[in-house]
Amino acid sequence: MSGKVIVITSGKGGVGKTTSSANLGMALASRGKSVVLIDADFGLRNLDLLLGLENRVVYTILEVLDGECRLEQALVRDKRQPGLALLPAVQRRDKSAVTPEQMQELTGRLAEMFNYVLIDCPAGIEQGFRNAISGAHTAIVVTTPEVSAVRDADRVIGLLGAAGVGEPRLVINRYRPQLAQTNDLMSVDDVLEILAVKLLGVVPEDEQVITTTNRGEPIVLAASPPPAGQAFINIARRLEGEDVPLMEFKLPAGNGFIARLRALFTGR
Amino acid sequence: MVFDLLERLFNRNKTGSATVAKDRLKMVLAVDRTEIAPQTIEQIRKEILDVIVRYFEIDENEKFDVTLERERGSTAIIANVPIRRIRPEHI
Repeated sequence: MSGKVIVITSGKGGVGKTTSSANLGMALASRGKSVVLIDADFGLRNLDLLLGLENRVVYTILEVLDGECRLEQALVRDKRQPGLALLPAVQRRDKSAVTPEQMQELTGRLAEMFNYVLIDCPAGIEQGFRNAISGAHTAIVVTTPEVSAVRDADRVIGLLGAAGVGEPRLVINRYRPQLAQTNDLMSVDDVLEILAVKLLGVVPEDEQVITTTNRGEPIVLAASPPPAGQAFINIARRLEGEDVPLMEFKLPAGNGFIARLRALFTGR
Repeated sequence: MVFDLLERLFNRNKTGSATVAKDRLKMVLAVDRTEIAPQTIEQIRKEILDVIVRYFEIDENEKFDVTLERERGSTAIIANVPIRRIRPEHI
């Protein structure tokens, strides 16, 4: 097998990178693919918690690299989706514990075992980022539509290009269509015009992400996924090469002057 | 239909904070991407001014800006110099 190695990254922290990783991994596995998620955010591991796998972590990436266990032993298999596995991050030692060469070797081995190798990268542009992106074929850059996040996303896109990681694609997370419509939030088009990269998907702000995260159940697992869950499923389908149109955000009619005028004349 | 037009006119206000955000980002990213030091831009500003004043009388009260702008993959350096008139010796 020769799987795709994709790094999921962002410039700024807190934009939903780990949530995106967990949901994309789960969505791809639900579609019958074999997926391994690597938590490369050493020092600040969280992917295990978002996946609800925190109690089953025995070994981490570091024991694998030190030869203290076999790679297969360190992989935590998901019970809900047998196609999904997690390679947990180290929490104890310093972030430089893994070298770029070691990451390349590891992702290479995992790509032989899985259809997708998704790397959850630490935020920022420090050594941890450089380690995490080595070995990746392509990148998904996650941002929110805020000035600070978009600026930092631009920096990361530049660094990915310089490192020779193929054409990055963008996920705009925590999008609020109502604010964008009144021009109080940068729209999808605004962000794309500034960053000039290909769009992979737009995930609307959704309170249910908080409750599903609390339970350690990625939102894509819901029986009838709410908008954010559906958006992640769409992204997974696009990764698979399907042509899925962007979600239409249904805006409430509102009760402003124009809406009332329209209701008066059209009876709606 | 007329309501859609009205709605767009009223909703998409040009002065909304998103437009401001976009403009500020464009400016800051043009500088970020070229990795040019602010001191260098200041140096360029001074040198441009030196050349301009040889030929023009400039308005000291107006601001003289040198900025970098980026549109769709190309960067431009924009100098906005308020001039009063050309110096008599150059007419």
